[in-house]
Amino acid sequence: MISVEDFAIEAEKWFAENTPAAPDFMLPLTFMEVGTDEQFEFLRDWQRKVYEAGFLGAAWPSEYGGGGLTDAHQSAVTKVMRKLEVPIMMNTIGLSWAGPLILDIGSEAHKKKYIKGILSADDIWCQGFSEPENGSDLGNAQLRAVRDGDDYVLNGSKIWTTHGHYAKYMILLARTHPDAPNKYAGLSFILTPMDVRGVETRKIRKLTGEHGFTQTFFTDARVPVDGLMGQEGEGWKIAMRTLEYERGARGGQAGGYSITEPDPLAILDLARETGQINDPVVQDDLIDFIIDAQALSLNQKRAKIGSLMRDKPAGLPLMDKLVKTEFAREINQYALTLQGTRGAYYVDEPNAVDKGWWHRNYLNAFSATIGGGTSQIQRNIIGEHVLGLPKSY
Amino acid sequence: MDLGSLGITEEQVELMDVAENFCREKSDMATVRNLLEDVNGFTRDLWDEVAALGWLGIAVPEEYDGVGLSLAEVVPVVEQMGRRMMGLPFVTSTVAAQAILFGGTEAQKQDILPKIINGEAATLALSEMNGAYDLTKIEAEAVKTTDGFKLTGAKILVQNLDVAGWIILSAKLEEKPSLFLFKHDLIDAAQMRREKLIDETKRSYELNLDGLVLPETALMDLDKTAVTLDRIDLVANLLGSAEMVGGAQACIDYTVDYLTTRKQFGKLIGSYQALKHPTVDAYIGYEKARSLLYAAANSFEDQGQGEVATRMARVAAGRALSYAADRSIQFHGGFGFTYDCDAQLYRRRAIFHDSQFGDARWHKAKLAKILFN
Repeated sequence: MISVEDFAIEAEKWFAENTPAAPDFMLPLTFMEVGTDEQFEFLRDWQRKVYEAGFLGAAWPSEYGGGGLTDAHQSAVTKVMRKLEVPIMMNTIGLSWAGPLILDIGSEAHKKKYIKGILSADDIWCQGFSEPENGSDLGNAQLRAVRDGDDYVLNGSKIWTTHGHYAKYMILLARTHPDAPNKYAGLSFILTPMDVRGVETRKIRKLTGEHGFTQTFFTDARVPVDGLMGQEGEGWKIAMRTLEYERGARGGQAGGYSITEPDPLAILDLARETGQINDPVVQDDLIDFIIDAQALSLNQKRAKIGSLMRDKPAGLPLMDKLVKTEFAREINQYALTLQGTRGAYYVDEPNAVDKGWWHRNYLNAFSATIGGGTSQIQRNIIGEHVLGLPKSY
Repeated sequence: MDLGSLGITEEQVELMDVAENFCREKSDMATVRNLLEDVNGFTRDLWDEVAALGWLGIAVPEEYDGVGLSLAEVVPVVEQMGRRMMGLPFVTSTVAAQAILFGGTEAQKQDILPKIINGEAATLALSEMNGAYDLTKIEAEAVKTTDGFKLTGAKILVQNLDVAGWIILSAKLEEKPSLFLFKHDLIDAAQMRREKLIDETKRSYELNLDGLVLPETALMDLDKTAVTLDRIDLVANLLGSAEMVGGAQACIDYTVDYLTTRKQFGKLIGSYQALKHPTVDAYIGYEKARSLLYAAANSFEDQGQGEVATRMARVAAGRALSYAADRSIQFHGGFGFTYDCDAQLYRRRAIFHDSQFGDARWHKAKLAKILFN
């Protein structure tokens, strides 16, 4: 087996030679921001190319289409990709949620059927957890799945489905047992094809004005029971498990990366360009951002130093999402105030500062402070699980 | 620019363990409360034990009878002292020892450092009525005479002066800032007036310098006054941050305790998000400050980086303790308004620290100068 170091060197060389030049449209920073067909096609082609070169799914078993190497190999490559700031891997729900789950608890047939298409981006995956009436209270999901012979008959609706109109498959959280002793026990986790009768997707226009995700409607849609993961009633447990893959807490991700993390202090360049870095009032604000960014980065490092984590070991890992996403929202918001009259412009306006990048980032930042458990839910989680405060509901 | 990095030494962990147990055992809240009205604010026995543990010499080289480690190892000790609100003259003595190490004459180092390490407390007489954070803004004057230096002026906020065996004093000598180091015997009781501090766990005095005559040997190295004042500033801020981070932790625990026992409208009040979320924010502020503190500890001796990391930690620690304590008072409701509620102790401590060696605005202005110019 090739050594991790050599593999990383190969990768660095390959990415240096093969990373496409920036297109004339703005590339999304996260897979959730894919809003146009040209963005989608560009990123899908790019993922396929990376996969074919052997740098995606390197740690997944070769008999299903993976590279047959180790997690260390893939992490090394992912690091290279981050360093070179190459475009993102867009089939995220497949790569980080569905794929690891199928490899973990799926049947042999599942693995043969799904894994390669996830890596090559031939089969786009989406996630059906949230519902219009059940967002933060995900455990209360009501989409019904009724067993009928070899099918489940699905009725209901899912929302905030990223790539919903491109996806071939969905990981679906559905209610199979409405009379279960508690709301969580009535849920099941089903791999659902999207190209069946009775499944309709409708694009949702985001606050940025762009399209990014869909609402999906299920009307007597029949999908094979073969898609059930685990047992009926284990849906909640499995959904939580997919969250752990996604957060990297369990390993097993296909790798690559789905979110470009811009330098949190790129704002300093903006302040320099506008000359406001010399204004003591602005300096005072910027110092706060610098301190906060440094604290954030140190928190992540300290989370790995056991002796500095003894009192509340879960604290730093659990607060990471909250502090990171709120920081991004605040700093992008602040960036708008550094643009003077030109702060009035928006994306695609030639007179806009940095082509409207900051405006778009600010509005898109809410996808992270709301999605994946709102900042308010995060505070409940930290309050209850780290500080031991009583549950709020 | 590198803003400081994390790392931890075995000695830090060992001292953290020992200090955690020691401070918890020796300084429960009943003890802290009892000492609020004590004239010294601490017991001699406890001070002797601290000296016996060798903690006063942690960051002093072995050639002066110290342990030969660094301030990074002092940080966990002070953090735990701050957590238990100990009123010892430990920080002032440690800062004074660092000042002697940087700006003392060789004779002063050899004579006095071993004594401080042995438990002869030391303190610093730097502040004046001008209220300046800038340690070079000095009005007190020293004039050379035949038998040494004659002092005029007054110093305020001299911590633990009543028990300090050694005093470091700043004064203008021929219009230039200079530092003196002398024995407590040289001042008499009439020159000292106990001040009333907002933080009642601490003790401080006004020191009238008129009539004070210091021997020639009291003068510290004149060429090193500037670096020594810088050293005092940074060490005091590093250890002040540690004290506040420890305090913030204790304050949050204290608040959480109330939120998980007090009931209103039939429910534990910690279940209400109006109280829960700000408490979580206080906790996050504490963890951020602690990360910055240990990065400052680890990077402290790195040129430039140490100053940046320390000032950042100081800003974060001050805010963390202030916010945690301010919300703690509020969330204790009517009880929070009473003297009996410990929240006030933490709030008062944060106010005290913000007044010493620079508040957040001061440190941020310093950081801006370093980072943007």
